[in-house]
Amino acid sequence: MFKVIYDGSAEKKAHKNVFADAIARLAAEDPSVIYLDADLMNSAGTYSFWQKNPEQALNCGISEANMIGVAAGLSAVGRKPYCHTFGPFASRRCFDQVFLSVGYAKNSVRIFGSDPGVTAAFNGGTHMPFEDMALMRSIPAAAVFDLADGVQFDWLLTAVKDRPGVTYMRSTRKNYKTIYEAGSTFEIGKGNVLTDGKDLTIIACGLMVGEAMEAAQILGQEGISVRVIDMFCVKPLDKELVWKAAAETGAIVTAENHNVIGGLGDAVAAALLEKTGVPFAKHGVQDQFGQVGPVDYLQEQYGLTAKALVETCRQVLARK
Amino acid sequence: MEMKKRKELELFAAQIRLETTKQIATRGFGHLPGSLSVVDVLSILYGDVMRYDPKNPQWEDRDILVMSKGHAGPAVYSTLAMKGFFPMDELKTLNQPGTNLPSHCDRNKTPGVDMTTGSLGQGVSTAIGMTLGNKLAGRDSYTYLFVGDGECDEGQVWEGMLFAAQQKLDHLVVFVDYNKKQLDGYVKDVIGLDDLSQKFSAFGFHTEEIDGHAIEAIANAIAKAKETKGKPTCIVLNTIKGKGLPEVEEMDLNHHIQIDTELAARSIAVLEAEVERLKGEL
Repeated sequence: MFKVIYDGSAEKKAHKNVFADAIARLAAEDPSVIYLDADLMNSAGTYSFWQKNPEQALNCGISEANMIGVAAGLSAVGRKPYCHTFGPFASRRCFDQVFLSVGYAKNSVRIFGSDPGVTAAFNGGTHMPFEDMALMRSIPAAAVFDLADGVQFDWLLTAVKDRPGVTYMRSTRKNYKTIYEAGSTFEIGKGNVLTDGKDLTIIACGLMVGEAMEAAQILGQEGISVRVIDMFCVKPLDKELVWKAAAETGAIVTAENHNVIGGLGDAVAAALLEKTGVPFAKHGVQDQFGQVGPVDYLQEQYGLTAKALVETCRQVLARK
Repeated sequence: MEMKKRKELELFAAQIRLETTKQIATRGFGHLPGSLSVVDVLSILYGDVMRYDPKNPQWEDRDILVMSKGHAGPAVYSTLAMKGFFPMDELKTLNQPGTNLPSHCDRNKTPGVDMTTGSLGQGVSTAIGMTLGNKLAGRDSYTYLFVGDGECDEGQVWEGMLFAAQQKLDHLVVFVDYNKKQLDGYVKDVIGLDDLSQKFSAFGFHTEEIDGHAIEAIANAIAKAKETKGKPTCIVLNTIKGKGLPEVEEMDLNHHIQIDTELAARSIAVLEAEVERLKGEL
């Protein structure tokens, strides 16, 4: 059960601390848990965990492909690995290893790809994963998550401890807007209706959940009733919830901090077309590379703002 | 090594060669030469050294084999079948639709195969992960990892070696099948590897360099590996791609070859004669 407490304010706890605390807790509870990183423990907040728990933390150095393979091998002999590195290095860089040594070989590894999309900020275009969900979605039986806030991230890290196969999670290391009350629980494969509405549905994930709530409020002030769904689980997608939204609100906009190619938008579009043909638009990065900048600037550059999202909603509504 | 034991292992190797050639001949094509070059080591591993149970391929305390050069699958399958992991008559199903014996080793299809491989370099890291996991669990198991020489072009191989040395994995034994050839020709004409032993020593390994087809030399090198503490071992095998079939050895580009019925017949005849000769000596 979850409770929505969004009010536009930022979270207090940085997600890197959520991650570090969760890893420490999970490792203490379950000795089979083991944490691997590729020379980014200081970035993930887990450096001191590593210093104190060398038996349950492995720094693999700047060798992501090896890290994933090592994790796969550890899984094969009974361990439960959690791997972290930046999103592009967790996906593009070692995709074949994730695909084959984990997915195809049926090993089980949980992968945290941090700094998704524009949240890579000053690390710029080489570090900006706009395609990690597209890649991970294409792995059979993988689960792909884009976390909306730290409460959800904390819950998920525990929920996937025993999950077989590839589990990919993207999250900022900093803070998003608060969405959920502490202690909220969720269900893998189910989207969350955050606010109800009947004119249009915004299906969002990750960073864009907060933006979607704001967009809904802007439109609400004009008398347009917007349903907002947090589709934190992009694969497996909650198709029933998508069809329900299409049937009940008649217009869908997806919103993601990701290329419009291959991510949440394409997942929802494909689901929609299985059943219906409502006016639909994907709001996200329009097939562009990343660049350096502060997050708010980048959000403007790539249209990942409530204001830009409102415009897309207006266009879709006009087609109803 | 006792003479009788050596002859038994030489016979086993000849039988593995024969069964491997028959498998690949059934399909008419395959990675025969690179399968033949690893056979003698497989004979010693499964004939003398490794701890395993064909009735319980998942036995937690087993020694592990990772054929990171996964295209040598057929040699592994011959070995496993002869040791009772699955029926011999399955060998003729190599690469047939729906088979449990695909061209590249698959842990989810073949009993006795410990890791899925085929994308070169990846088996290295997984073997290291398994070795490390076993070490952390306090098991005494060894992991025997085969890499190809061409495979050493992959950066992941060296990422793994750095890590293995850092983790002091003395229960990891790496065999490099240094047959001096890769798909596009001689290794020296594609990416030269020069003195591989020196490279592995530089990476913190205990190294041996031996004739990869000499049973006693292989046995001695493995024994030395097991005496070595605190460092992983690399045994560089000087081998011949296609070993055991002179016609195949002499082919220039022989990574993946066609085998017509005449070549198959000649090859099988050569190997059957060798098996008979070795049986006679026992």
